[in-house]
Amino acid sequence: MALQSLDIKQRSATTTPAPSVRQTMEVAKLIDVSTCIGCKACQAACMEWNDIRDEVGSNSGVYDNPVDLTAKSWTVMRFAEVEEGGRLEWLIRKDGCMHCADPGCLKACPAPGAIVQYANGVVDFHQENCIGCGYCITGCPFNVPRISREDNKAYKCSLCSDRVAVGQAPACAKACPTGAIQFGSKSDMKDYAEKRIGDLKERGYAKAGLYDPEGVGGTHVMYVLHHADRPALYNGLPANPAISPLVSLWKGFAKPLASLAIGAVALGSLFHYVMKGPNEVSKDIEKEVEKEAEQ
Amino acid sequence: MIRDPKDLQRYTPQERANHWVVGISFILLALSGLAFFHPAFYPLSYLFGGGTWARILHPYIGVFMAFFFVLMFLRFRKLNVLTKTDKEWLSRVGEMVDGNDHNMPEQGKYNGGQKAMFWASVVCMVLLLVSGVLIWRAQFELPIGLVRFGAVVHAVAAVAMIALIVIHAYAAIWVKGTIRAMWYGSVTRAWAKQHHRAWYREVTGK
Repeated sequence: MALQSLDIKQRSATTTPAPSVRQTMEVAKLIDVSTCIGCKACQAACMEWNDIRDEVGSNSGVYDNPVDLTAKSWTVMRFAEVEEGGRLEWLIRKDGCMHCADPGCLKACPAPGAIVQYANGVVDFHQENCIGCGYCITGCPFNVPRISREDNKAYKCSLCSDRVAVGQAPACAKACPTGAIQFGSKSDMKDYAEKRIGDLKERGYAKAGLYDPEGVGGTHVMYVLHHADRPALYNGLPANPAISPLVSLWKGFAKPLASLAIGAVALGSLFHYVMKGPNEVSKDIEKEVEKEAEQ
Repeated sequence: MIRDPKDLQRYTPQERANHWVVGISFILLALSGLAFFHPAFYPLSYLFGGGTWARILHPYIGVFMAFFFVLMFLRFRKLNVLTKTDKEWLSRVGEMVDGNDHNMPEQGKYNGGQKAMFWASVVCMVLLLVSGVLIWRAQFELPIGLVRFGAVVHAVAAVAMIALIVIHAYAAIWVKGTIRAMWYGSVTRAWAKQHHRAWYREVTGK
């Protein structure tokens, strides 16, 4: 769902350029895990702004609620209890779409225009074009998209593309009471992250750093992590996410090559017929058989 | 209506019906499947009522085809056991393709190429069915690694299967007097003697 139409960088299942005359600033959301208090205001703001209410779930014994992303819960706080240096650390990560520069969902999607990436970096699903195949889930290195059981369309965080299009910050960033969610140009967010990382290092987190993984070309949702050397501590955040080689093979070079191969077999058959002629029953054998029949 | 009472019966009505149930299903599957494979083929999904309908229908047609393919496999498997002669035939397939089949080894009901085609289809069908189940999101939720593997296998097997069927159909068009065997079951004696001489001897005793 989106308002933009002139600043589309990539469009799923489309082999010609998308409308891209308007160039916009690359944006990013920065989530500073070290200042997150786990209040879930971001989750509430997300459902408020997008006007979607998930079913009320049940307590699973931990603070995670809902326990996973769903077609109606596009962001979820994931709580991890980790012992570091003899101290308990409560690592809370706001999970959701990372808005990769090289989006695996878009690469895998077979429906033209069901997934678009804007010039500002936001990766957006257009559910009216979605056919519900789930290839986006197959392509995503972060396990983010979810297919709704009600309408069989895929859903995920839109980075509030409708708000961003009119110069507003995403609802979650607006609602965050501690400033753990910042939003702005990607370069400003990197600068801001540098300051936070410097501060964390002073406070003894020697391995503090920015999570902006290169394997997916960088992301438009970045994290400041106290333990950037071990992202897996944060509920299995992948250390080196990338589009799976299987997905690249499937939706990469094999696709045009295989299409050409099928075409070549069909055309080859046609030209074989034209050049070699049909394989007909020979007159001699017809005569032989007639003789045999008379006997 | 029998044109010539001396014609030889090659397929029973049941065999023909079974073949065409599989054939029609395959055409529907290829058209809807290609729509998801490359954007150039996406318009094919409109033949099924749009992308969403193609996505819904494709796996059900697949299960339907798999069932009838198993029946066809059971009907024809014994006739497709590869023999020494078939291997010789296959090693000299170049002469055949060149249009000069006079010196090819004598063939039974099926030649080496047809048998190879049969077994290649069996392999592709098994791969398509198993990988198809892996990627059928509306019914199954399986580990992502398996799903990705299934997607690749499904695409590769599908491309191979489509190419095989193009060759299968072309061979039937190329060898005159063949298609009628699958339409109404019979072939001329001369056709049988030229292309499947051992089978001709077997059924005519000549």
